[in-house]
Amino acid sequence: METSSSSSSSSSSCMKWSCENGYQPHVLAVDDNLVDRKLVEKLLKNSSCKVTTAENGVSALEFLGLLDEHNQHTNFERSNEWQQRSKVNMIITDYCMPGMSGYELLKKIKRSSKMKEVPVVVVSSENVPTRINKCLEEGAEMFMLKPLKQSDVVKLKCQFMN
Amino acid sequence: MEVGLMQRQWVDYTKSLFLEDFLDSQFIELQKLQDEGNPDFIVEVVSLFFEDSERLLNDLTAAFDQPDVDFQKVDGHVHQLKGSSSSIGAQRVKNVCIAMRSFCEEQNIDGCLRCLQQLKQETCLVKNKLENLFRMEQQIVAAGGSIPSTELIF
Repeated sequence: METSSSSSSSSSSCMKWSCENGYQPHVLAVDDNLVDRKLVEKLLKNSSCKVTTAENGVSALEFLGLLDEHNQHTNFERSNEWQQRSKVNMIITDYCMPGMSGYELLKKIKRSSKMKEVPVVVVSSENVPTRINKCLEEGAEMFMLKPLKQSDVVKLKCQFMN
Repeated sequence: MEVGLMQRQWVDYTKSLFLEDFLDSQFIELQKLQDEGNPDFIVEVVSLFFEDSERLLNDLTAAFDQPDVDFQKVDGHVHQLKGSSSSIGAQRVKNVCIAMRSFCEEQNIDGCLRCLQQLKQETCLVKNKLENLFRMEQQIVAAGGSIPSTELIF
């Protein structure tokens, strides 16, 4: 696995490598805000990622097949949809969401046997150190401030999706 | 009107939007995201924002019409509006949201209502400004010109 430095030249060369090999990472983006969902989808598509969006934690868990433990043992696993789900390369979630928060979603993902290896990035419009530490301690690979820029997504792609 | 003049008017208008804090640098970030594959991206995102903000402003108005104001609910709506206005670079709207959240915390109804009124005004203003901007851009393109890069004018 390649490690990339944070210089912009290595970022763009690692992006080229990904594109040339036709590698399209699949990212699940979770955010209750409509505008932010549209934005993160565009940012990810601009970085040649395949994107699935979810508006809350429960839909996200449903997509990941984590909502009902029994699902793991049905024929559903062999269907095409399941193949799709098991290939999520990264999850980006907003922290503040009504109902299940991004933190609670993070916990469920990191405590599942199926999805705990998938990198989870938590984003928030608020810079709260205790919040950031909480997420990192629970296994989030990164915490980023909203609104995200293209350079943020390029960095994420290089670090976690190669 | 010739293209050069239209472009100069566009530059002046854009400058004024930033100088008067209607827009901030996040709007420039949005413009960078637009490409030939998706030339209507900004118009789409901005339209989404105005649909969403209209809904939120209606919900906020309704919340204050209740005999007992649910401040948690109000804060939730304002948080949403703050988030989306921040994401499109609508700086004045975002700033009023920030002020309103403080009043929510204090459960200050008068303060909140003043902010709500301001939010309606600022949303309307920035909507008109952006509609003007997009119309100018359409006219430039229709006349065969191209739209200067916003980044370069600062």
